[in-house]
Amino acid sequence: MTDVRELQKITPRSDTRDVLAHAAKDAQKLADTFIVDIDAHVTETAFWSEITDRIDNDYLRHAAKSFRERGGSPPGLLNIQPGMLYQDMFGRIPHGQQSDAIIGEDTHRQIELTRRAMDSMGIDYTVAFPTPMLLLGMHPQAEVEVALGRAFNRWLIEELLPREPRIKAMMYLPFNDPDACVDVVEEFADAPGVIGFTVVSTRYKPVHHNSYMRLYAALQAAGRPLAFHSGFHWGDESMKQVNRFISMHAISFCYFNMIHLTNWIINGIPERFPSLKIIWVESGLAWVPFLMQRLDSEYMMRSSEAPLLRRRPSEYIRDMFFTSQPLETSNLKLTQATMEAINAESQLLFASDWPHWDFDLPRSITSLPFLSEQAKRNILGLNAARLFGFEVPPHKLATVPAPEPALAK
Amino acid sequence: MAEIMVGNATDIADGDHRIFALGEIEVGVFRLGDRFVAYENRCPHHGGPVCQGRLFNRVEEIIMPDQTSRGMRFGRDRHVVCPWHGYEFDLETGRHPGDARMRLRPIPVRISGDALYIEAP
Repeated sequence: MTDVRELQKITPRSDTRDVLAHAAKDAQKLADTFIVDIDAHVTETAFWSEITDRIDNDYLRHAAKSFRERGGSPPGLLNIQPGMLYQDMFGRIPHGQQSDAIIGEDTHRQIELTRRAMDSMGIDYTVAFPTPMLLLGMHPQAEVEVALGRAFNRWLIEELLPREPRIKAMMYLPFNDPDACVDVVEEFADAPGVIGFTVVSTRYKPVHHNSYMRLYAALQAAGRPLAFHSGFHWGDESMKQVNRFISMHAISFCYFNMIHLTNWIINGIPERFPSLKIIWVESGLAWVPFLMQRLDSEYMMRSSEAPLLRRRPSEYIRDMFFTSQPLETSNLKLTQATMEAINAESQLLFASDWPHWDFDLPRSITSLPFLSEQAKRNILGLNAARLFGFEVPPHKLATVPAPEPALAK
Repeated sequence: MAEIMVGNATDIADGDHRIFALGEIEVGVFRLGDRFVAYENRCPHHGGPVCQGRLFNRVEEIIMPDQTSRGMRFGRDRHVVCPWHGYEFDLETGRHPGDARMRLRPIPVRISGDALYIEAP
């Protein structure tokens, strides 16, 4: 007699564990695999007052607080456009709302949500990034980016990281103010749970400007990786030419990281800071072999314009790290060629992007037919263990690559 | 294969659907007027719980005889949308509107009296 059980429709109120129930079945097969999710997100607007109450400056703290008196309590000081957040396709993909009912007073709601997702996917460690703050690089007031970035970092240190050791963070760098970035590195480089630092890529600042050299020197001295986390911005002059969210979203993430990576290479930053580890986050991978070939071709003809380079641009790119999501797999031959081009076996880091609409699961890596079992384990977690110094439980220790000399402490 | 009664046909309103776990397999049953169709609750994209998603009418673009666009509107075809990533499938065919090779696995469903039977694979 087969047991018949009815399943509920998934809504914005559904429990994350119900939404990810199929993923949990897959995760049972990965019990001996070390998995690090390099890019998952908190939804900071759900607890925005916890961030803004930590703003140092009393004027800006008051300004943010005053928004709570307005109808709907909009997230004061943020520069997002709420009416153009089309990620859920108008109700088609509900989980991004993270409206789970949370029972219990001892646990911060965000921690419980993150734990539910991690446990469902079989993830050992996750790195928490913000969500609407990814657009702060476009804020016209640099001092607001500094204030909110610092407040978010303090929230991470005080609320999130101490309560769940499986959650790690790459601290927010207010890149529109180079000196303030150095302050962030000096304050948080050795803080528990901090494994690196982040620039949100959606901005127009040239990463090669002399004003950033102190920051890169501080990061290199601290032995902490620097992540460029991309995002989208429909208000960008180029993106204003496309009329659908799909078009803008497909291009915008790659667009910003392509510009920053190009400036990074052509201006010889890897030669100036050879031990600084760079991670390119949330742009997928398909753009990378394009840029490798394009830059190599032009460099070989115009090397006089990039005098610091001693190798082809693609060789520097192969030393960098990339996160996997959103992994493009509609043409697996291209996916395979891309992974060979970027040396994915040692340089690619699994990322889910949960709870966002285009998230990936560990099966995005385990289902790839051209990867060896060792390559899958490396991408899912062992590359991250090497880069960040995570301790791998013995039963998940298949093979760990040798530690990076610059990071061995 | 075993035929399993999962409930009464009258418990599913026209245009609505219900989802059942039958041991290891999960099945979505959809009512289209007087007819019922059923599909496995597993998205061919990444294995998501497609039948637990919402139903939408297919979106169409209004193209005039001179090939100019007059925007978008809902058509008549009913789609189920996977709640994981938004993959849509026509309820009549089980196929993705842009790639017919991407399709849901159909499950035989039968009405006897008011009883709704699923042929579990």
